[in-house]
Order: sequence, then C-alpha cells, then structure tokens
Amino acid sequence: MIRLTTPITEVQIRQLKVGDEVLLNGRVVLSRDIGHKFMKEQKPEWLKPILENMVIYHCGPVVRKNPDGTWTFVAAGPTTSIREEPYQADVIETYKVRGVIGKGGMGKKTSEGLQKTGAVYLHATGGAGSLLAERVKRVVDVKMLEEFGSPEAFWIIEVEDFPLVVTMDSHGGSLHEIVAQQSQERAKALMG
Amino acid sequence: MSECLIPTLTSNEVVASKSVLPAGWKADLRNLKALDLTQPVMELLRRTTSRLPQDVIDALVKGRAAETEGSRAFNTLNDMVENILLADGNVTPLCQDTGTVIFFVHHPYGLSQRALKQQIREAVAQATKNVWLRPNCVEALSGKNSGNNMDPFHEGHPVIHFEEWDRPEIEIAVMLKGGGCENVGAQYRLPDASIGAGRDLKGVRKCIIDAVVKAQGQGCSPGILGVAIGGDRVTSYEKSKEVILRKLGTKNPNPAMDAFEKELTNDLNTLGIGPMGYGGNTTILGVLVEEMFRHPASFYVSISYMCWSSRRRVMTIGSTGEVSFD
Repeated sequence: MIRLTTPITEVQIRQLKVGDEVLLNGRVVLSRDIGHKFMKEQKPEWLKPILENMVIYHCGPVVRKNPDGTWTFVAAGPTTSIREEPYQADVIETYKVRGVIGKGGMGKKTSEGLQKTGAVYLHATGGAGSLLAERVKRVVDVKMLEEFGSPEAFWIIEVEDFPLVVTMDSHGGSLHEIVAQQSQERAKALMG
Repeated sequence: MSECLIPTLTSNEVVASKSVLPAGWKADLRNLKALDLTQPVMELLRRTTSRLPQDVIDALVKGRAAETEGSRAFNTLNDMVENILLADGNVTPLCQDTGTVIFFVHHPYGLSQRALKQQIREAVAQATKNVWLRPNCVEALSGKNSGNNMDPFHEGHPVIHFEEWDRPEIEIAVMLKGGGCENVGAQYRLPDASIGAGRDLKGVRKCIIDAVVKAQGQGCSPGILGVAIGGDRVTSYEKSKEVILRKLGTKNPNPAMDAFEKELTNDLNTLGIGPMGYGGNTTILGVLVEEMFRHPASFYVSISYMCWSSRRRVMTIGSTGEVSFD
C-alpha cells in the first residue's frame, strides 16, 4: 500500500506501476461530463492553480447542504470514466494534472496523455459510495455550482486514505488491457 | 491493511425504529379506494437504498473467501463489505447512483392503479428530497435534470409494472438499477454467426459469456446476471430485469435451468475479470435464467447486468393490513 498526498510531483507519479494500491490524501477536484467539455473548450485560467499537480475525480456526488451553509458528501463513488476520453488527455496537459480517479479505465488517447505529462489513472471501487464519502474529510469549496448543477460542479474536497488502484500508469501500462486479453482467451476456451 | 470484516447489519428493531411509518401502521384493505401507500413506499425506498439484501451480502463474503487474503480482489471485496455496513448504519445511499427506480406491483381486484401510481410518484419525489435518491431523470437531448426523479410528460420514470392477482395482499417490489450496469446489458438474436451461437442452450451460453467478457469490470463486478430466453425485444428485456428479484442461492424451479445456472456461474468465475475488473476469482455472484415463449422467427437472449450493489426489496401488505419487508 502506497500513501500519496496531493500536490504530487512528476517523480512520484513516474514511480507508480499498474496494480499498485494507493491511499490518497489531500485535495481532490471533482469533475465529470460538463466540466471536461468546459475545460477543453474554454481552458479557463482560474482553474490552473486549482488543478496543477492535483488529482481530478470523476464523480457526481450525493451532497447535503447543512443548516450552517457547509456541505457534506453523503455518497461519492466514481462514475464511468470513458465518457471523458475525448477531453481527458488535453485537460491533463493543459492543467498539468497528475492523476485521474474514476472507474472502468480509459482509452488510448488518455494513456498517451498520461505518458506525455506524467500522470496516472487511479481506479476507485464502483458502488462504494458510502465508504468513499466517509473518507471525504471536508468540502473546501465548490465552483460552477449554479452553472453546472450539483452532480457536475467542480467540488474541491479533502480526502483521507482514499483507497485506489493504479490501473493505468505513466509508462503505457494498463491493467484493463491485461485483464481483457486474458479473459478473452479464457472465453474462447469456454465457448469451444 | 484490510481486516476481514464480518458483515452484521443493524437489527430489524433498529431499522424499524427509524421507519417513516408510525409504529403499528396498518392498511385497511377492506376500503381499497381510500388506500394511501405513499408512506409505506417511502419506507420501502429508504430501506432499499441503504440496506443490501442478505443473500447478496452472503455471496460477496463467499467471493471474498475465494480470493487470496491481501490481494487486490480480496481488498476490493472487503471495501464493498465496509461500504455495506456504513450505508446501513448511517441510512445513506449505498451508491451515489441510486439508479433507475423500477417497481413491480401485484395487487388485488378493486385497487386503482392510477391512484397508486400517483402515490408511488409522490413517494419517489419525497425520497429524492430526503437525499435517499439522487435526481436521476434528465431530458434525453438537453440533459436537463427534472430535479425530483419525475419524467413530467410521458411518466417513463419511475418505471412501474402493474399486475392484478387473485390474492388479497398487495406486493410492491422495487429495484434500483444503476446506469453503469444498465449500459453493459445486451440483447442477442440467434443464430449469431459472430460468436458462433445457434438456437439452443449452448448458443445461449455463448451469448452470456460474450456479454460478461465485453462488460469486463464496467458494470461494477462481481455482478448478477438476469437472463431471459425468448419473448419479443421488449418482454425479453423486461423479464431479464424481473428475474433479478429472485434471491441468490435459491433454486430455479426448472431443474435443467438450475444446473445450467450453477455450471455457468462457476465457468464465468474462471474468466479472471474479478471485482471491478482488477483480476480475481469473483466475476459473477449468480446467474438467474428464465425461459419464455417466442415467435418462431425470433430467438432473443436478453441479459441484464446488475452491479454488486443489487438494491432490491419486496414490501408486502398482508390480508390483515400489516406491512412487512423482505
């Protein structure tokens, strides 16, 4: 188990290999479909200091607003990442993002982006909405809440021991490809 | 780092103490016209979103025992168990994707479906307000969220299937089916030359293996497969969802199909996809199959993939009006 705290350096990222289990600490920025389209097309400057050397999390949380105006994450598991494939590599490069958390893995273009900039894809356990919300220690801020709506907004949170698996590394490795290939071969034998 | 968690859910007494229903609430089934099930349906949703059925938990624990302690697969299944305990204890959604909300209603003669539909819709809107459900109903093209899980024009969401029966009780089953697993469902038309599947059980088997390999971990494996053989395109898919209501570990009434389910589950768990597609011995928790009739020219195999967080629950209002949940 490897402990990482954001902001993360490129050197730290280059040491990670497919299959490594990571406990992530520190700030993480949530973004999904509308946010990624917005980042690629508009490239807003104000996001640069928020995202540099940081980690993006593909997640549309269930959030409760407390009477004192603060927010609490109630359920916050990962959403399917492949929808961000058209945008992810550009976002990583533009904003020097060091990691992307999601589920299901991503494609070739993102893999190339990870290699070029020095970033990793971190897989969270899908469906573990309660557990992952429990590891969110604080909601620091939220951007574009009015414009995008709650599931799509840029939530900036602080996490503690967020359990993840490196399934795509910065050297072109992909656990998704390995498992897919092996299971396809086994399926051929089963269908025989 | 992961200690092996023993999943013991909160007791029925604790669950009942948090109920939205007043203690001793009873329906008056002699007066079906005045019946209002809004609150019982809310309670059904509260329990379904936060509490996984025991048979699913047992299957996950059995899966964890089949993995090497400390492996990625083991740790992932352990995280799933921890998640189940947290959601149950806090009465919060197991998953932020509280899914498409699908109801299966059986009712006696004399009950108004129109009235019950309104009550179910009100209960879903209330449950959304209470943060038990995420607003998951958006306009197809614009993506605009209706905010309360209601499809305002065509009443396509929540999905409600009604069936009248000759018994006095009312039974309402609900299933919360997430988008990730819905997206990896598949329908095959046999014969299918691309996978060498003919119009027989061997062909059906090939379709199921193919669908699971294509799904990889994307449907949040280890999943549960609902399979319908036959029907038309619509009834076939519908049936493939309804069969997911059957408890894992229960026998298929058709002995040949029962043997097929068991053998296939074992075979699918040799694919090595594992929890979340990280590799491992636990790819599928169960296969549930039902055969239907079909048009002679059409042979459909429909597969609905349910994620490991298989949120389903049945509420029964007995003949004397008492409510029970299973």
